[in-house]
Amino acid sequence: MTARKITYRDAVREAMREALLADHRVFLMGEDVGRYGGAYACSKGFLEEFGEARIRDTPLSESGFVGAGIGAALGGMRPIIEIMTVNFSLLALDQIVNTAATLRHMSGGQFSVPVVIRMATGAGRQLAAQHSHSLECWYAHVPGIKVIAPATVGDARGMLKTALADPNPVIIFEHATLYNETGELAEMDDYAVDIDRARVRRTGSDISLITYGGSLSKTLAAAELLERDGIGCEVVDLRTLRPLDDAVLVQSVRKTHKAIVVDEGWRSGSLAAEVSARMAEQAFFDLDGPIARVCSAEVPVPYARHLEQAATPQVENIVAAAQKVMRR
Amino acid sequence: MTEPEIENLVRRELYAVAPDLEGLEIEPNETFRDQFEIDSMDTLNFIIGLSKATGLDIPEADYPQLETFSGCKSYISKRLRAPG
Amino acid sequence: MPSLGADMDAGTLVEWLKSPGDKVRRGDIIAVVETQKGAIEIEVFDDGVLSEIRVKPGDEVPVGQVLALIDGADEDSEPPPAETATKAAGLPSRPMDQEPLRTVSQPTADGPKISPAARRLAQSCGLDPGSITPGKDGVIGLREVEAAAHHADTTQPAGIDQRAMRNAIASAMARSNREIPHYYVTSTLDVTPMMEWLGAYNARQPIERRLLYLVPLLRAAALSLRKFDDLNGAFVDGRYQTTANVNIGVAIAMRKGGLITPAILDTASHDLQSLMSKLSDLVRRTRQGGLKSSELSMGTVTLTNLGEQTADALLPIIYPPQVFIIGCGQIQVRPWVIDDAVVPRQLMDVTVAGDHRVSDGRRGAQFLRNFGDLLARPEEL
Repeated sequence: MTARKITYRDAVREAMREALLADHRVFLMGEDVGRYGGAYACSKGFLEEFGEARIRDTPLSESGFVGAGIGAALGGMRPIIEIMTVNFSLLALDQIVNTAATLRHMSGGQFSVPVVIRMATGAGRQLAAQHSHSLECWYAHVPGIKVIAPATVGDARGMLKTALADPNPVIIFEHATLYNETGELAEMDDYAVDIDRARVRRTGSDISLITYGGSLSKTLAAAELLERDGIGCEVVDLRTLRPLDDAVLVQSVRKTHKAIVVDEGWRSGSLAAEVSARMAEQAFFDLDGPIARVCSAEVPVPYARHLEQAATPQVENIVAAAQKVMRR
Repeated sequence: MTEPEIENLVRRELYAVAPDLEGLEIEPNETFRDQFEIDSMDTLNFIIGLSKATGLDIPEADYPQLETFSGCKSYISKRLRAPG
Repeated sequence: MPSLGADMDAGTLVEWLKSPGDKVRRGDIIAVVETQKGAIEIEVFDDGVLSEIRVKPGDEVPVGQVLALIDGADEDSEPPPAETATKAAGLPSRPMDQEPLRTVSQPTADGPKISPAARRLAQSCGLDPGSITPGKDGVIGLREVEAAAHHADTTQPAGIDQRAMRNAIASAMARSNREIPHYYVTSTLDVTPMMEWLGAYNARQPIERRLLYLVPLLRAAALSLRKFDDLNGAFVDGRYQTTANVNIGVAIAMRKGGLITPAILDTASHDLQSLMSKLSDLVRRTRQGGLKSSELSMGTVTLTNLGEQTADALLPIIYPPQVFIIGCGQIQVRPWVIDDAVVPRQLMDVTVAGDHRVSDGRRGAQFLRNFGDLLARPEEL
C-alpha cells in the first residue's frame, strides 16, 4: 500500500472536494470561503471549480448564516457550514443548540437537520483571549448533535464523508495549528472512517494518556520522551467527543491502571472532567491512583507568546504529570 | 572418636541449625545462646542432631551440659567412653 | 394608619365613629382620616370588640402607626397556621434539628492510602493491607502489594530482605500504636505443674518427640481463646469481626534481627505432638524461607514468648488487625506462697494486651485466669 505526504489543510480540502463532486446537494457556505479561498485556505480554487451557487460567501453574521444553513438542510440540502473559528460560533450558539440540535426531537422525528459544521479551534498562534478558545466541551455537552475532532491527516481526509452521511448535525473541530502539519496518508479507494470510535495511537502498559485534537501531537511527543525514562505510555486519541467511546478508554485503563487526560480546554467543567468521571465510574477498581488532568490554566488565553505557551498544555507539562502519576 | 572428630561433629551440627555461623570464631566457654542468640528451638534441633550423629540418647536433664562448645565436647567424649 | 396612596406619608385623624367597648364587624367604618386627597373613611377588616383607641382627633399620624386595638372574638382557639400545615402533612415538625447522620466507621486520617487496584490485589493474595509497607509517599499502590506478595511467597533460602522486614515491622507497630488503644493485664502463673509434667513426658520420649514448653503454652492459649470471641478476630474498617478458628501467630525471632509471626492455622485442633511438629516446621521455614502467605496473613491472635534467660515480662504490642496478644516472660524459680508457706516455684509472668475498642481489662483477666487454670492441669492438655 503506498502512502503520500499531505498537509492537514490539503486533506480537508480534498475531502470537501470529493464531497462536492459526489453529491449535488452538498454545498459550502461561510465567511470568505469563496473569493478568498477560505480563512485557512481549505477551499482554495473551489469557487472557480464549483461556482457561486455551491460555494457561498456569507455576510458577517454567524447567527444568520448558520440559521440559513440549517434551513437549507431542512429543505433537503447537505450544507457544509464553515464557521471561521469556535470563537465566532458563540454568536450562532442559539441556532446550533436550540434549532439544529432539537428539531428532530421537537418535531417528533418529522424533521432532520443533516448539517455539517466545521470550525477551527484552539490557541497557539497569539490570537489572544477572544480568538483562542477551546470550547469543544460546550458542544459535547448537548444531546442531538455529534462532535468530532480529527487530529490526523487520515481523520481529516476521512471523517467528513461519514459526517455528511449522518442525518443529524455533526460538528467538526479542526485545531488551527494542525492545518500546516504534514502527515502520511495511505492511498485507498475510500477514505471514509468511522466517527464513533476512539483510537489507540501508541500502545504502552504503564500509563494511559487520553487526548484529542491539537493536543495529540504533543501527547505523542511526551510519550516518546517518557519511553526513554522507562515509562511506557498508551496514547488514546478520543476522535469523537460526543459520543465518547468509553469502551476504548476503559480497556486502556484496565491495562495500565493509571490515566492522564490532556485537554486544551480550561480544567473546570472540561471534557477531561467528563472523561475522568467515566473512568472513575467504569474502571474505579482498576485504578492504581487518582486520574490526572493536564489542561489550560484558568486564565483568558494570553497574547504574549511565552505567556500563551505557559497557559496551555505543553509537552513538558504532560511529561511532568506522567512522572508524578508514576510516583517518581 | 578422637577429640578433633568430636569437635568437627559438634561444629557440623551447630552449622546445620545456624548456617550463618560457619567461619565464625566459637568461644569455647561462652554459651551458644549468649554468643549467637541460639534459641530453644535451635538448641533442641542441635541436640537432636548431636543425638543422631553420636547415636546417643540425650535426656533432657543433660541439656544444661550442652550449652557451651567445651561442654558439648566433654559430654560427648564422656558418654562415648562410658559403657551402654 | 393605612397607606391610602403611594405618596401618602401621614394622615390626620378627624373623628372616631366607634367607641371602646363597641362590637365591630368586618367592613364597619371606624374612623375618618383627613389626607391630601380629602377625608377618607377607614374600615375594619376584623370582627371583634374595639378595646383601645390610641390617637385623638386632630392628631397627625404617620402611615403604619397603630390607631386602635381590636380584640378578635375567636383569637385564642386558632392555632398557629404553620404547625397545622406540617402536622396535617405528617411531616416532622422540626426536621432541621435532627442530628446529621454520622457514618458508622470513621475514616482514620492517618491510615495508609491504598489504591483500589492495590486493595483488590492484596485481597486476592490474602494480604492484609495493614501489613504492607507503603511507598515513600505513604501510598500503597500495586507496586507495594506486589513486593509484599513476593516476600510472602518466597521459597528462596535466606532470601529475606532485612530492611523490608524491618520496615514492615515498623509500619505495623506504628500503626498499632496509632490506632489501637491498648489495655494490659498481667498475671504471675505458677507453671511448676506444667514444667514437671513436661519433664516427665519428655523423659519418656525419644529426643525427636520431645516438646518445648512453648507447646503446652500454645495449646492452653488456643483452648482458652475458643471461649473468648472478643479476643480472637480482626478489626477492619472500623468493625470487629470474630473468627471461628483460632490461628495463633507465633513470634519467631530471626537470628539476624527482626521478627515474624507466622500463624499455626486452627491451633486448637492440634494435639501437643502435632503442635510441636508444626512449630518446628514453621521455625525452619521462617529461617530458611518458604512461609505461605496464608500463614502470614491469617493469624487471629499472637503469642510471643521471650524464652529462657531473657526477662521477666514484656508489654506486647498488638499486631493489627488482631485485637489481642499474649506475652510470656521467662520461667524462673522465685519465691511463692502455698498454704501459708513460702516455697520456691517455677513462675512465669504473662502479660496480655487487648484492643480496648473490642474488649476491656476484665476480659483480659478472665482469659489469664482460664489460661492459668489449663496450665495447672497439663495432663489434660
